[in-house]
Amino acid sequence: MGNIKEKIGSFLPEAVFEEGQYITVSVPADKVHALALYLRDDADLRFDYLANLTGMDWGESLGVIYHLNSTTYNHWVIVKTSTTDKENPLLYSVGDVWATALINEREIHDFYGIRFINNPDMRHIFLRNDWKGFPFRKDYDTNPEINPIPLESDEYLDIAPCVKETDNGKIEESLNTIFEKDDYVINIGPQHPATHGVLHFRVALDGEIIKKVDPNCGYIHRGIEKMCESLTYPQTLHLTDRLDYLSAHNNRHALCLCIEDALQVEVPERAKYIRTMMDELMRISSHLLFWSTCCMDLGALTAFFYGFRDREKILDIFEETCGARMTMNYNTIGGVMADIHPNFQKRVKELIAYLPKALKEYHTVFTGNVIAQQRMKGIGYLTKEDAISYSVTGPSGRASGWTCDVRKRTPYGVYDKVDFKEIIRTEGDAFARYMVRMDEIMESVHILEQLVDNIPEGDYAVKMKPIIKLPEGTYFRQVEACRGAFGVLIESKGEKYPYRVKFSSPGLALVNVVDLLSRKNKIADLISIGASLDYVVPDIDR
Amino acid sequence: MKEEDFNENEYIEQLRAAGTNVVVGKLDDLINWGRSNSLWPLTFATSCCGIEFMSAGAARFDMARFGFEVARASPRQADVIVVAGTIVHKMAPVLKRLYDQMAEPKYVVAMGGCAISGGPFKNSYHVLKGVEEIIPVDVYVPGCPPKPEAFFYGMMQLQRKIKAEQYFGVVNRKEAKPTKTQTEKK
Repeated sequence: MGNIKEKIGSFLPEAVFEEGQYITVSVPADKVHALALYLRDDADLRFDYLANLTGMDWGESLGVIYHLNSTTYNHWVIVKTSTTDKENPLLYSVGDVWATALINEREIHDFYGIRFINNPDMRHIFLRNDWKGFPFRKDYDTNPEINPIPLESDEYLDIAPCVKETDNGKIEESLNTIFEKDDYVINIGPQHPATHGVLHFRVALDGEIIKKVDPNCGYIHRGIEKMCESLTYPQTLHLTDRLDYLSAHNNRHALCLCIEDALQVEVPERAKYIRTMMDELMRISSHLLFWSTCCMDLGALTAFFYGFRDREKILDIFEETCGARMTMNYNTIGGVMADIHPNFQKRVKELIAYLPKALKEYHTVFTGNVIAQQRMKGIGYLTKEDAISYSVTGPSGRASGWTCDVRKRTPYGVYDKVDFKEIIRTEGDAFARYMVRMDEIMESVHILEQLVDNIPEGDYAVKMKPIIKLPEGTYFRQVEACRGAFGVLIESKGEKYPYRVKFSSPGLALVNVVDLLSRKNKIADLISIGASLDYVVPDIDR
Repeated sequence: MKEEDFNENEYIEQLRAAGTNVVVGKLDDLINWGRSNSLWPLTFATSCCGIEFMSAGAARFDMARFGFEVARASPRQADVIVVAGTIVHKMAPVLKRLYDQMAEPKYVVAMGGCAISGGPFKNSYHVLKGVEEIIPVDVYVPGCPPKPEAFFYGMMQLQRKIKAEQYFGVVNRKEAKPTKTQTEKK
């Protein structure tokens, strides 16, 4: 650990170190890009994975926080930078170092008004072009008359404003063409059955071949992070279930872990077992839904009914124990809300016995099908390097050969006590992403098998005070949600409300990579690529 | 659901208690019988409620039993739009346009807390406090998200509403219903 500090200190003497969860370093804005390159390329550091990029309003200054992780050494560093210019805040982009930063910087531009020098695209992504003000700033005026409900459609910009640094170091405004004037652009979404929700793609076509895809998000941007700033910690939990509703338990687990870390609460062993089992049940149900919708997108409607039929069995288990089929609100700070239902173990065992047979049927019905194979094999190829640079985690990253499973890399719950394989494939195409998910269902069944009879007796939660105050500091925690690494950042000023909550969703990275995957493919392949990435739109927009 | 539980909205039948034209009334009944049993919903979902809407269409709940199963991807072929999920500022014009593109007679079901009032996101800067701010709603189905059974109950209420309507001279030459914001402006 000291090594990282020394190396950064010798590379950049003006860096200021802070104490915290990880090594935290504040650097001046104009040094960020050089430091980023150094952190990524140095042989002993290799910070090649940008896990989280958060915009911040610290009152007198605006800034960003980078959470960097090394896929080789699995060590962390936090880089902070800021600017005091609130009228025209400018920071340097690191999009050429980590490609996932490009879309995250657009998000920060939307919410804080910070523009990033050398980011080629500084259009709005979540908010409308005519939106007034920057909602995540602390002095934002929430008066609904300033931003009334619009009844006219938003205009789509083909030319993106951006800020460039010229060779002699001058900073100037510039324009970047996204679509040429004579490009043939078609819209897919926001109301389209194959976008899995309200996502909008603008696709430039050359005949049947895709030239470029421009994702346009925000059609379900609910401002959850901003809402969390005026809620107490137990209240913020309820919104996580509604982010990615197909990994509700996992998301909530992440926020609970983050708060428990900060409070240094030890969760009872029984609660850890229950949480882990719930996470795995959630993963199975999510992957079953993935299979249903993926098959439906590719034209196999029967599969949709098969998948949903089997998913209902898991929802029954949730309903008995948690009281709801979806948005279960089950995890809580210090444990879980209620003890498991007496039928829980029986039902899980039935499921364990049932699923392998069902999967065999799935493979017979769909996986071996010639049409399915031809529509998925060799389509949407993602290399391992791109997967890391674009932060494509979860099953999609593992299909490209990146061992990115948070359950293995930094175990939480009782994942360190169970024996399971991390499913890795190296093909990187849509079929590999499909197969990784199918095999993960079996691994989850395997995990459940080991846990179901070994749930220890004891309390299911520790008693917490009704008002929770986190000690001052920045806390970050990741879990493996069904679609990838889901991170939670909490910045606390020691009050009962969080100062800033950021959910770093796997979905945003997946949308960012659609353009890369679908270029030079046929328009019909966009559907297979979208289906194989399996994004959930409220998770992207938050 | 038991038959006697199903009678809590008697006023729908009372709407027609004042009497009706014998010949046209019988024709109305016939047409309404057909209309109410083949309600084609638009495939429209923004968030969590959309998954329950899909569950309602899948094997266990099977909305084909009631004639709702022909989910259309185009608004021009749909009779009812089920607003399943939160509607935010950026989505509002899109939803309005979808609604405008549907052919009369058309109906709106607000499914879930978000579509009814903004639900848990009521205080957000970017969320509509209920979809009725932009389009008129016929049936509200509360829940977060509502169970498929609750959704069916809502759809059955819509069927009753349709059965009580006068088709000739009323529904078949209806003008657009005003929305909440339009009424307030007047």
